Amino acid sequence: MSVITKVKKKEIEQFISKDKRTDGREMNDYREMRIEQGIIERAEGSARVLLGKTDVLVGTKIASGEPFPDTPNDGVLTVNAELAPIASPSFETGPPDENSVELARIVDRGIRESKMIDTEKLCVEPGKKVFVVFVDIYVLNHDGNLIDAAALAAVSALMNTKMPNYDYKDGEVKIKPGYTQLPIKQHPVTVTCAKFNDKLVVDPWLEEEQAMDARISFAIDDDFNICAIQKGGQGYFEPKQVLEAAKIAKDKAKQLRKQLDW
Amino acid sequence: MPAFFENKQIVTPGDLLAEGEYVAGENSYLEGSKIFAQRIGLVEYDNKRVNVVALKSFYVPRTGDVVIGTIVEVGFTGWTVDINAPYPALLRASEVLNRPFKPQQDDLPKLLDVGDLIVAKIDAYDRTHDPQLAVNEPGLGKITRGQIMKVTPTKIPRIIGRKGSMVSMIKQETGCNVILGLNGIVLVTGKTLEDEQLASMAIRKIEDESHTSGLTDRITQMLKNAKGKKEEKKDE
Amino acid sequence: MNDKPEKLIDKKGLRLDGRRFDELRPLKLEVGTLPNADGSAYIEHGKNKILAAVYGPREAHPKHMALQDRTVLKCRYHMAPFSVQERKSPAPSRREVELSKVVRESFEPAVFVEYYPRTMIDVFIEVLQADGGTRCASITAASLALADAGIPMRDLIVACAAGKVDDTIVLDLDDTEDKLGVADVPVAYMPSLNAVTLLQMDGKLSHDEFETAVNLALDGCKTIYAMQKEALKSKYANVEESED
Repeated sequence: MSVITKVKKKEIEQFISKDKRTDGREMNDYREMRIEQGIIERAEGSARVLLGKTDVLVGTKIASGEPFPDTPNDGVLTVNAELAPIASPSFETGPPDENSVELARIVDRGIRESKMIDTEKLCVEPGKKVFVVFVDIYVLNHDGNLIDAAALAAVSALMNTKMPNYDYKDGEVKIKPGYTQLPIKQHPVTVTCAKFNDKLVVDPWLEEEQAMDARISFAIDDDFNICAIQKGGQGYFEPKQVLEAAKIAKDKAKQLRKQLDW
Repeated sequence: MPAFFENKQIVTPGDLLAEGEYVAGENSYLEGSKIFAQRIGLVEYDNKRVNVVALKSFYVPRTGDVVIGTIVEVGFTGWTVDINAPYPALLRASEVLNRPFKPQQDDLPKLLDVGDLIVAKIDAYDRTHDPQLAVNEPGLGKITRGQIMKVTPTKIPRIIGRKGSMVSMIKQETGCNVILGLNGIVLVTGKTLEDEQLASMAIRKIEDESHTSGLTDRITQMLKNAKGKKEEKKDE
Repeated sequence: MNDKPEKLIDKKGLRLDGRRFDELRPLKLEVGTLPNADGSAYIEHGKNKILAAVYGPREAHPKHMALQDRTVLKCRYHMAPFSVQERKSPAPSRREVELSKVVRESFEPAVFVEYYPRTMIDVFIEVLQADGGTRCASITAASLALADAGIPMRDLIVACAAGKVDDTIVLDLDDTEDKLGVADVPVAYMPSLNAVTLLQMDGKLSHDEFETAVNLALDGCKTIYAMQKEALKSKYANVEESED
């Protein structure tokens, strides 16, 4: 059923008002998390994240291309997301809809603003030739909180990404055997909180997402700076809740980093 | 003329089940003189009739079935209901009002709105129309509380048990009311959340272990143990 | 990137990956891998990695596409951008559009479409990694996903390709053999009904060569068919009906 029943919505709200969750988790707990890297050998990098039953695969590809005119010395990062119809009865085929565009841009912001990739090292010839890193997010099963799962998978995939060795002659990049790891400086972690009246829960699963007032996501870098924020949903946050969520995100980011050894 | 499998063996679509003087029963079909399986399931030879008890299937509406559904759309003269089937079901306003619908006076969302749960009976259904629902019998109508679960429709008979024995036992041991929609949706309403969760757990267990023996005893034991623990907790 | 190999089959009759002419690449099949889909399956065939998911039968949309006397089967064959050597744009290519059609037509004869009028059955194929023979692997996986969804079928559909590399008819071409070889003949088959539901060819073959290739492909199909059945059964491995 794609429509959440009123009975279920009320149940979730009642649980949360008592600081409990219908799936037995604590308010600030993530679901069981599993990350696999390097599963698509053809891709330059890849990672798959299972967050509860949410399943997201990210593949990275490297190609040579032209830099943007305003950043002639930097390589290019481009992030794309597909909400494949296999992942949910509510996903349809067709060009990216607003949800997949938003998802891609949130993940992009976390990576870009944290300066995760040392893009200067991707420069081949300033103003003329750089490497382009394609990050393609593929949602395989939607059970809530695609943002955190996709961000985690994207960062893991980039950490797993190999840059081919090359020779540069006459304006042409010639790939030769051998690889180096993609130059990485940061490992941003994104944490999403959902709001139910005056309560916040971390990592909303699908039913909680359907019942929540709104959500807010924070991308946090290795030094605990906030690099990106996105509020989503039809409801609103009180300013003090925003700050509370930011603090929760910082604490969870610390925990996750330890858990993942980043 | 041969049967090619033994009773209760798993078969898959396209498996040749029998040849010759046999009749194709459930989930099997006849091609020439051969009978093949249509679904993955357990084959049963009942005299000359070959049946396959499907291990996985979806609910197809039947007139007279009691089902549990969710209102997904409020229309002009009634509601569209999701009954966990390939077809959406329709509930006419006149069914709920027990009189003809008066567009000027009757405010449909006030009666039933998107997200409401109902227990209903399939009143009419044929190949050319979506199933029509009726709620004008005792026990049918809007649901305001309880736990809802989705269960494979083919397991519902097992949860009911022989002559209702299994579900009666669950009701007795947990003090909950259990409504089993033949469309695979189950509603459990009890006095406390714990009771409801216990009943839900029992039902899930029956679904998972429906093909094993000694199930009734194990479920009864599980429920009695849980009740015992609850009593202990009260005494603490 | 790599230098073109001189020969695809060496003097000992071994192909580039060490296989003999009639050997299949390693295959792995899993059923029921996606929780939301009504039915799903995952296949690894050589380096191919493909997911198939089925939603339905469900209400047809748009509504005007519904047929009064049968269900509408829809199929979408789609490749992930990172599935191939050069990153592919997510938008459907003409090849994907054609493959969506022929893959659909390969399992259409198997489904009892008259059973569920005015509904739609959606089959989605996502190629996560490609290495030649993706349409065959997709059909093999889609067939399992349909069975997993509990959709009544006449038979499972299995697919396999044969072709010609250098001067030899070989089974199950990988990407290199497909690109550098002489011909590629993918075949989809319903073994219980002895029915071919997909047959394509590109390249050049004599009549005899074609016959050899088709027979070789059908043999490959029969081997994979047995694996499909095993994969379906192993999902329900602990099921043994017994009365209380």
